[in-house]
Amino acid sequence: MKILVGVKRVVDYNVRIQVKADGSGVATDGVKMSMNPFDEIAVEEALRIKEAGKADEVIAVTIGPKVCQEQLRTALAMGADRAIHVETDDEIQPLTGARILKALADKEEPKIVLLGKQAIDDDNNQTAQMLGGLSHWPQATFASEVVIEGDTALVTREIDSGLETLSVDLPAVISVDLRLNEPRYVKLPNIMKAKRKPIETLTLADLNVEVAPSVTVLKTSAPAKREAGIKVESVEELVIILKEKGLIE
Amino acid sequence: MERESMEFDVVIVGAGPAGLSAACKLMQLAEEKNQELMVCVIEKGSEVGAHILSGAVLEPTAMNELFPDWKDKGAPIKTQVKGDDVYYLTGEEKGIKTPNFLIPKPMHNEGNYIVSMANVCRWLAEQAESMGVEIFPGFTASEVLFNDDGSVKGILTGDMGVAEDGSEKDGYMPGMELLAKQTIFAEGCRGHLGKQLMDTFNLRDNVDPQHYGLGIKEIWAIDPEKHQEGLVVHTAGWPLDNHTEGGGFLYHMENNQVALGFIIALNYTNPHLSPFDEMQRWKLNPKIAQFLEGGERVAYGARAVNKGGMQSVPKLSFPGGLLVGCDAGFLNGAKIKGNHTAMKTGMLAAEAIIESILAGDVSSKELSLLDEKYKASWVFDELHKTRNFGPALHKFGTLIGGSFAWLDQNIFAGKLPFTWHNTTPDHETLKPAAQCEAPVYPKPDGKLTFDKLSSVFLSSTNHEEDQPCHLKLADPLIPINQNLPLYDEPAQRYCPAGVYEVVADENGKDQFQINGQNCVHCKTCDIKDPAQNITWVTPEGGGGPNYSNM
Ligand SMILES: Cc1cc2nc3c(=O)[nH]c(=O)nc-3n(C[C@H](O)[C@H](O)[C@H](O)COP(=O)(O)OP(=O)(O)OC[C@H]3O[C@@H](n4cnc5c(N)ncnc54)[C@H](O)[C@@H]3O)c2cc1C
Ligand code: SF4
Repeated sequence: MKILVGVKRVVDYNVRIQVKADGSGVATDGVKMSMNPFDEIAVEEALRIKEAGKADEVIAVTIGPKVCQEQLRTALAMGADRAIHVETDDEIQPLTGARILKALADKEEPKIVLLGKQAIDDDNNQTAQMLGGLSHWPQATFASEVVIEGDTALVTREIDSGLETLSVDLPAVISVDLRLNEPRYVKLPNIMKAKRKPIETLTLADLNVEVAPSVTVLKTSAPAKREAGIKVESVEELVIILKEKGLIE
Repeated sequence: MERESMEFDVVIVGAGPAGLSAACKLMQLAEEKNQELMVCVIEKGSEVGAHILSGAVLEPTAMNELFPDWKDKGAPIKTQVKGDDVYYLTGEEKGIKTPNFLIPKPMHNEGNYIVSMANVCRWLAEQAESMGVEIFPGFTASEVLFNDDGSVKGILTGDMGVAEDGSEKDGYMPGMELLAKQTIFAEGCRGHLGKQLMDTFNLRDNVDPQHYGLGIKEIWAIDPEKHQEGLVVHTAGWPLDNHTEGGGFLYHMENNQVALGFIIALNYTNPHLSPFDEMQRWKLNPKIAQFLEGGERVAYGARAVNKGGMQSVPKLSFPGGLLVGCDAGFLNGAKIKGNHTAMKTGMLAAEAIIESILAGDVSSKELSLLDEKYKASWVFDELHKTRNFGPALHKFGTLIGGSFAWLDQNIFAGKLPFTWHNTTPDHETLKPAAQCEAPVYPKPDGKLTFDKLSSVFLSSTNHEEDQPCHLKLADPLIPINQNLPLYDEPAQRYCPAGVYEVVADENGKDQFQINGQNCVHCKTCDIKDPAQNITWVTPEGGGGPNYSNM
């Protein structure tokens, strides 16, 4: 059984984001880029499934410009067997991303496509769901536990009222949440080995997918600066101030 | 404990200009001489450049030698210095422009470039990798490994996944031994392994103590109307008094950004002085504020520099290893430039290694060839010429010392037949707090000046929370029992990241608190603590600042 894992290159979660002066997006020049943290969890889960003897091959996939191969190398160093780079300089929105993944799933025929629940750069949280829809596969989103039993996956999700466990038939799309696992540290020898593992490069044309942006970003702006707060001495004072400001009656 | 190990010909600690230039030069020479060479570079920052902080006006000398075609290869060295202004600030409101002829020669900048050294290092790393160097960012060299005969056999990478109490967490990964015939230490100023090696091998015998400065830097995106790409501004004088050395810089980089900062010599005497607050209020002077008003601060960071110059350069070779760059202390204090000398000494180490390999086995050998090469190089000439610059400022204060520096450099070209020494280490210069007046710093205005915490936020610093503190106190009682009554515990002020605090516990008793997660790895505490009680050690790999274009 194969597992296909999506890996996206994003601005590192430690970096303080700067919006470009002209509002056309976020500054990325010289900025540290990393694998989307949710995708790292997805890679880790795929490796654990494989290490438990429930899968034979883990394939990491990324879509984007040449530099994204750095993130594929990270996935390979973690332990993925091989990697596919769908190379494009175009902006890839969730629907196009899902179409590309669908084409790859048709080609590779994995039993599971594991994705992060969202990428921390655009927080869209759409690709897994769209892929499920396009491929008519069952989907289990926000996984906090994944158990593979034969041809089904038992996926536990954290929902408002507690935990919900779904049983989905494979092949299926699973998107992972933060608490699913702690990704491993990468070992030095594995980083060296990863440099020698194969990366297959494909174009959108190879996969017969066209870029069709359906959403236009009008403007990017930084959140409004927070005004300095004031300290109140007591609950009474707080209530008075809130009333003065007309925030409570 | 049995540890995994890997063997290389050369292991380099630190992917700064020195370490990366050494790596590139090694591969170039190996190819030239038909030698197979396995070289790796280990870097504690989460990526190459993440811990690099420099001005920086780059003198391209060493780069020209290493990659004569750096322009064609697309090196991020683009902004030529077009103007070079020096101001003597006389107060918060005033400053006078120093006429060009009055400026000591080493401070001139024709032919130099304004760069982000972090980006130059990223580029150097690409070159090194394309020649076959293995670069491992996110890993620390935590210990030096020795052979039975006492020679260096390599380094140990730090353990990953150790909890605060020292226990192993899930996913714990023990450090690995990286073994090498020669290990090059290129950790930059006050390298924590370099410091141990100087002790172990008595490398500092017969040289002056190293002297240091703390540089605090910010990047601002400014109003394009006020931006003059290529303009370099330096200031002397205010806010420092005549007995405290230091000065400010403001460089107009690309993209309507300016890099600005302030360097304060760590031999300052007033324990109440706060380098951070001096830097903040310095920006209020109209000569600086004129550029910043209406702009936005986008980055913050700090790093120590060594400025002892020629008199403080230690022996560079010892069995199995070499010291290069600011780990040894090659910064030219008169220019506050150390990138070109760091690069060059890295390259000299590469030459020394390859030439020695051609002559026989270099395993655990002491390659004193490097010491010879240094003495015969332009790095030595440069440091020799400016050797009295720093001590003159120490001896006579910045005004008269500055005048001497001018005579020494512009009239005598550094050839006066004597050498001054400065033998008091920086941690011994503090006067008791009771004898000194506390400066009154203005409150941050949130426009030009800021507090420490919002500043550290802009360094994108992060350390895994649950790990042992990487700032070690030899005696945990000294801060409260000794430093507090005598010096009002200066760590509270000299640390540019607010790591050290004296807070009252439930019973109102003073406690010394270390907020290690905020540490930007500047190394000042390791240098300035009057009791030499604080030792900076490597935290878990990848921790620390994540500088973008510093
Ligand atoms: C504010 C400021 C302004 C400056 N302005 C200029 C200027 O305008 N022009 C100029 O030429 N010079 C300038 N300098 C000096 C210049 O930056 C230094 O001389 C230069 O960076 C030294 O290079 P290096 O390679 O020796 O060390 P560094 O640049 O300090 O690099 C050392 C590297 O080693 C890594 N490292 C350290 N210890 C370990 C370890 N144990 N394990 C793994 N990795 C480790 C560090 O993370 C770092 O990446 C300035 C410095 C400062 C602070
Ligand atoms: S703790 Fe020490 S090394 Fe870290 S930022 Fe503060 S002074 Fe610098």
